[in-house]
Amino acid sequence: MEKKDSHISVEQQLYAKLLQWGSRFGLVILVASFLGYVFGLIPAHVPLDELQKVWGLPLQEYLTRTNTPTGWSWLQLAGKGDISNFVGIAILCASSLVCLVAVIPVYAKRGDWVFVTLCILAILVQVLAASGILNVGH
Amino acid sequence: MFGKAFSDFVGLLKANAVVLWLALSFCAASAYAADAIPTPTAMPWWVLPLGLFITSFLLGIVAVPSGVGGGVLFVPIVGGFFPFHLDFVRGAGLLVALASALAAGPSLLRGGLADLRLALPMAVLASASAIGGAMVGLAIPANIVQIALGGTILGIVTLMAMAKKSEFPEVSAPDRLSAALSMNGIFHDAARGQNINWQVHRTGKGLVLFLCIGFLAGLFGMGAGWANVPVLNLLMGAPLKVSAGTSSFILTLVDSSAAWIYLNKGAVMAIVTVPSVIGMMLGATIGARLLHVLKASVVRKMVISLLLFAGIRALLKGLGIWI
Repeated sequence: MEKKDSHISVEQQLYAKLLQWGSRFGLVILVASFLGYVFGLIPAHVPLDELQKVWGLPLQEYLTRTNTPTGWSWLQLAGKGDISNFVGIAILCASSLVCLVAVIPVYAKRGDWVFVTLCILAILVQVLAASGILNVGH
Repeated sequence: MFGKAFSDFVGLLKANAVVLWLALSFCAASAYAADAIPTPTAMPWWVLPLGLFITSFLLGIVAVPSGVGGGVLFVPIVGGFFPFHLDFVRGAGLLVALASALAAGPSLLRGGLADLRLALPMAVLASASAIGGAMVGLAIPANIVQIALGGTILGIVTLMAMAKKSEFPEVSAPDRLSAALSMNGIFHDAARGQNINWQVHRTGKGLVLFLCIGFLAGLFGMGAGWANVPVLNLLMGAPLKVSAGTSSFILTLVDSSAAWIYLNKGAVMAIVTVPSVIGMMLGATIGARLLHVLKASVVRKMVISLLLFAGIRALLKGLGIWI
């Protein structure tokens, strides 16, 4: 493994940098959208006063009662206060994906094909999870 | 002499008073939540999210000095004592663990306490099995998940109470797989003021165990630091600090793959998730600063007691004995 004086490899430093930016960005978006939601600046899909009636319901019943979409259909309601929080959550979930893509050229340049393959596998797992095609329910 | 002993005693008292205060606050909040909450519309909508924020904040404070991740405390305690459905609690638990791991990840990577080469092979398998765990968890009845969660938490309590730690395990030679993957490195131990070379062995067994750990993380919505660290440290022989740092980094991949499943399935509710994430992150920041004040062994014992209580509660709730 290529080490710099600090003993930290180039790809690890790159990964750390991108992860920091991605997670910070996601958190800022998440907090901003949540404040907009709870202070009523953005109208909610499920009104705040109604939440107590539905937050104890089993998932399927909650989705039916509140007409909340599954999969990526939430994007159509991203302008609603509660659903807008999913943007920040999705950015947090996707921040590792960007890092994995970014380090592939570093490994490839060094001819470290095992780790290129591992990164691709990790990306495929994340994309499969994010795709929404694995839809199951109670 | 007497003066020093007295000031030591006062210092100890202060440290334990903080712990005691945390415990009492938490117990009071729990009791309140358990007894007074389930009637809908009996209180303003913001009371429970605020209670959730305070609880997560307190859990964040104790999570750092006790050495367990916030997720493992969050799911059984919030699932046991708040009226939110367990599916939403698990979705929030995953995002709490993910946000904490993302916040710590960059500095751990830069400091060499998390190692990309050690983490990636484990993370690929664990994140794949976390998807399976999340799918199973959302497909089976909630009371079955609750019972299994209770059993697992009690297992974690046993593991925490009995497991030993080895700061610098002896690894005479790396196994073939770890040698082929160059799973070795150097980290700077600030406490000793020296660079430590490390390597690992028993990689195959470690990979199999990470498959199981990922599944449990997805199933219960908990971070899996409680299991990652013993496998990396005691089984594979990575130094304790590298194990803890790498474990946290692995969670960034494992929890995100499981969190996608919960998000796509609709099992993420903003009003449950976001106060928990913010509370836990703020609490963890305070907890890290209080590391020198709080007596870690006392906090650890308190967390074990808390988990024992929450585990029994989850088990009895799942069995329908204590609803």
